[in-house]
Amino acid sequence: MTLSRQEVATVGKLARLALTETELDTMTRELSNIVGFVSLLEELDTTRVEPLAHPLDTQNVFREDVVGASLTTAEALQSAPRHDGQHFLVPAVLGESGAA
Amino acid sequence: MQPADLSAIDIVTAIRQGDLTALQCTEAFLNRIEQLNGSINAFLNIDRDGAMATATAIDARRRAGQPLGPLAGLPVAVKDALCTADLPTTCASKMLALFQPPYDAHVVSRLRQADAVIVGKTNMDEFAMGGSNENSAFGPVHNPWDLSRAPGGSSGGSAACVAADMAPVAIGSDTGGSIRQPAGLCGITGLKPTYGRVSRRGLIAFASSLDQVGPMARSAADCALLLETIAGHDPGDSTSLAVDVPRYTELLEQPLTGVRIGRVPEHFAAGLDPEVAKGVEEAFAVFKAAGATVHDIQMPHAKYGVPTYYLVAPCEASSNLARYDGVHYGHRCAEQSQRTGTKTSGSELPLVEMYCRSRGEGFGPEVKRRIMLGTYALSSGYYDAYYAKALKVRRLIRQDYLDAFQKVDLIGGPVSATAAFTLGEKTGDPLAMYLVDLYTVCTNLAGVGGISFPCGFTKSGLPIGFQLQSPALAEPLLLRASDRFQRLTDWHRRRPSLPASATSLPVARAPH
Repeated sequence: MTLSRQEVATVGKLARLALTETELDTMTRELSNIVGFVSLLEELDTTRVEPLAHPLDTQNVFREDVVGASLTTAEALQSAPRHDGQHFLVPAVLGESGAA
Repeated sequence: MQPADLSAIDIVTAIRQGDLTALQCTEAFLNRIEQLNGSINAFLNIDRDGAMATATAIDARRRAGQPLGPLAGLPVAVKDALCTADLPTTCASKMLALFQPPYDAHVVSRLRQADAVIVGKTNMDEFAMGGSNENSAFGPVHNPWDLSRAPGGSSGGSAACVAADMAPVAIGSDTGGSIRQPAGLCGITGLKPTYGRVSRRGLIAFASSLDQVGPMARSAADCALLLETIAGHDPGDSTSLAVDVPRYTELLEQPLTGVRIGRVPEHFAAGLDPEVAKGVEEAFAVFKAAGATVHDIQMPHAKYGVPTYYLVAPCEASSNLARYDGVHYGHRCAEQSQRTGTKTSGSELPLVEMYCRSRGEGFGPEVKRRIMLGTYALSSGYYDAYYAKALKVRRLIRQDYLDAFQKVDLIGGPVSATAAFTLGEKTGDPLAMYLVDLYTVCTNLAGVGGISFPCGFTKSGLPIGFQLQSPALAEPLLLRASDRFQRLTDWHRRRPSLPASATSLPVARAPH
């Protein structure tokens, strides 16, 4: 199983991970190896097997719809890289020219 | 008396009886931590002031005749994957180097309510991803038995600090072996409870259907003590089980007569170090001598455990770690004017570019690798071939356990294929590192319980670990069997040859 450098670059974009050229080279080689290894599962016939996403046979858990304790604004912002005391601050969402 | 000479149960008994103060005990362990942390690097954060203040308050309450919690005065080290409102929580990542959680993890709250004394936060593989602790952004932990070797991971700091008597007990977390494997490589006892037995609220998420918090200590009896405090239902974790918590410490006495232990012949195939195999077989003999019976059983899908795990866990991780966006908390790259030579500049919007660069700078290589693998396996066109396929095999693996536990009460075997390996030995080969999880990942995929404890030493003096696995919620049996083994052997009492503690505990004798 071989992934191309271009495929890995696309996955990097999907994962919102900036990768350097060197990282892209290493990652292409390593991911190809790992994907090759996990492809061992292909040899198993699982046509009649239901997926198991979770080890417990749990149902949805509900709680009463009542107001409980929650973080204050100050607590929620305390580790924010940039904030103005009320909001998280981010770079322009739509780009400087407004083009999206 | 040296701190190493007292078990956690001895310590809480001595403090309750007034033979030892919480402050004396806390100070002795803090001194031990400061004496050794330079060479072992087990702690990322040592809270001397906080621990001394907590211990002083406990002593004052005791003198005033006020009720004390079941762990009153017991020093506890907490893996840095669990949130602490009064201490930074880094998950050993540059991403969270400056993170100050606004709340305590449920387990941390339980420890505080029980009057335990949190002495610090322990080193680990970044975001709990790794089997050697070498993925920490703050340097590897050194195995107390041989400082040139890895302690295992990801809870390597928690394992090493207990092995080096820097803390009598520690909290770890186990997603694919991260409690049991380092416990095995460091010669201590570590329990991965049944999925849902302990709340995950405030445990920084790696793979939510696999993660579980558990105790690490020098003995199964001490693990039982700690589990009584941390287990139990938490409305804040919808996967935590609303099932009563047994008094584990009171369920250790019954002999093992008639207990059936399964042995999987494939565990002893090529790849298992002969010295480890010998230690494990001798452990089976001890269990037989204790009245248990040993039966060969089949786990036909065990060989698919590692590939299944390395799809399920990275997929969940890629989703969980999407929260690190440079906005709400965690590392954020410098403003856009300082562009670096990365692939995302140019066409991306400023916000998206900030996400990409912050994450590219904040995460280490193994975390990036797993996010990439998970993103790939979940992406359109590959989802069915990889993620959905792995979930189907996961069901087959769980069915192996359900079938096996029709025939036996416990499954025994090695916890890792070799004793502690040398630092740097596997860092160049991610796949070789993934295979260290060979004997541990299936427990998490099936959601059942597992424990590891020392069952011998190699000729070069490194601990060998034995693993027992049980059906869901059979922690009383897991702990009872391990405790029985430890009554019949003294492997868990061996200590690494480290300098003696500078501060001794002023206790004339152990309370029992």
